[in-house]
Amino acid sequence: MKVQVDPWRKPTLIGLIVFLGVFAAAGPLLTQNRYTLQVATLILLFAYLAASWNILSGYGGQFSFGHAAFFGLGAYTSTVLFVKFGISPWVGMVAAGALSALLGLFIGLACFRSGLRGAYFALATLAFAEILRVVFVNWDWVGRSQGLLIQLVGDQPLLFQFGTRLPYYYVALGLLALVSGVTVALERHRLGYELRAIRANELAAAVLGVNIFRAKMWAIGLSAFFTGIGGTFYAQYFYYIEPFQVFGVGMSVDILLPAIIGGAGTALGPIVGSAVLVLLGEVTRTFFRGFPGADLMVFGVILILVVLFMPSGMIGTLRQGHGPFRVVRKLVKPS
Amino acid sequence: MALLILENVSKRFGGLVAVDGVSFAVRPGEIVGLIGPNGAGKTTLFNLISGIYRPDAGRIIFKGQRIDGLPPHLVCRLGLGRTFQLVQPFSDLTTLQNVMVGAFNQVRSEAEAARVAWDILVRVGLAEKADRPAAWLTLADRKRLEVARALATGPELLLLDEVLAGLTPREVEEALGLLRRVRDAGVTLLVIEHVMRAVMTLCDRVVVLHHGQKIAEGSPAEVASSPRVIEAYLGEEGADVA
Repeated sequence: MKVQVDPWRKPTLIGLIVFLGVFAAAGPLLTQNRYTLQVATLILLFAYLAASWNILSGYGGQFSFGHAAFFGLGAYTSTVLFVKFGISPWVGMVAAGALSALLGLFIGLACFRSGLRGAYFALATLAFAEILRVVFVNWDWVGRSQGLLIQLVGDQPLLFQFGTRLPYYYVALGLLALVSGVTVALERHRLGYELRAIRANELAAAVLGVNIFRAKMWAIGLSAFFTGIGGTFYAQYFYYIEPFQVFGVGMSVDILLPAIIGGAGTALGPIVGSAVLVLLGEVTRTFFRGFPGADLMVFGVILILVVLFMPSGMIGTLRQGHGPFRVVRKLVKPS
Repeated sequence: MALLILENVSKRFGGLVAVDGVSFAVRPGEIVGLIGPNGAGKTTLFNLISGIYRPDAGRIIFKGQRIDGLPPHLVCRLGLGRTFQLVQPFSDLTTLQNVMVGAFNQVRSEAEAARVAWDILVRVGLAEKADRPAAWLTLADRKRLEVARALATGPELLLLDEVLAGLTPREVEEALGLLRRVRDAGVTLLVIEHVMRAVMTLCDRVVVLHHGQKIAEGSPAEVASSPRVIEAYLGEEGADVA
């Protein structure tokens, strides 16, 4: 027997290696200009966050509209540990992932036990993020709405602070490689099959022996874990966090949008989507300099067009072989 | 000993009694038909047996163990598979991957699951479409896929909900051949079916439901000649004509 389990497996792997390879090689070139390095780092960070969201919401189909809860909790965890207790953010990063995963399991227990799905689950996740925002806005010990400033200690890699910006770029690239590897493994693991079955039809999955609750709990735990780690990276990169930013609805949207635009439930989608969105944001901002808000309107219109014409995202549309990608698909079409 | 025993099983939805004190048994190796007019409670009964609903009264015993109240995935793992009348392939997965979801009940690794799934696709005649997206399959192939997925879980008893509906006469013949082969491989079948000719030729025994109650049980010929069954299908005036 010689049958391909998934015809898109090879193109996906090649795509991942090419993307990550290009980013790895491009690092030193980007340092010529602090602006381009910042843009590239943000592409990697939001690709990473979207890929984390993708585990629960893309593969598992449980649409979270409140991943800022995990992101913000992660950012605050490592920052509080560093600012208040002097614990290295590298350690804090692991704690951030663990605490966010715990929060994920708690939300999962609350929602999945009672069978909350679809729009109701999305609203519940949004509510959890908003609750955390309100808590942190009013919590004196963590600086209320002013948030927390991370004191600069100079070039101390062990304390997750670097003298130049390039190391941050490579940390972000490493994180993206890690979550991409997990995604690739998930696609080959029983859990990945269960999640995709649940996404398509929960009842049909259940009578085939899939433990729906267990699979969803794994998905939200993993997804929250990686998102929390992303929060730590964000805090270390900007040296400053405040609750409106890290727990805001805007952050939840920024986390999920690259996956939606690039293709939810695909390994390449978040990377492609993040590159497109971050670049598009920069281009419209530059182009409409002097017309505050115009860039956001154009950005919004382009987003609407993409979603209208490519409802399953760029990679999803490419796989289905219609729409604007017909020609490209011919080139990469698996036999 | 019977493989599946239903004892006075009832299920109410608000004021409607969908299944009303139904009792019957299925012995190993049998093909038992479950028939009845629309709304008789057949699919509800399947949902009760497979763990999707919990009965309000009565007991369901599979291989000597009570399964009423067990969640669907545990019922499945005991060796009781089912298909749905409205076929719904996992649309983003290939045909092979669809079947692999079921196969993970028997094996752990992806490679083993692929092997189990492949063997089943060969058995049901879907092998050449293994790497196609399941969303592309025709209705007849989707019905086959539905059976293949359930078979991949390694069932001893398979509940089939109208796997012949909507098929052309030729496809029905092929499907009947497949179901007999499945039975000959040692899987007991309980089938809901509207295609009467198929019920008559396929089933060893038939149970007839009407308004949630069992009104007849016996060989296909006995059931077909039962006045109560004719009345149920044709209405009371119909009984006079018949």
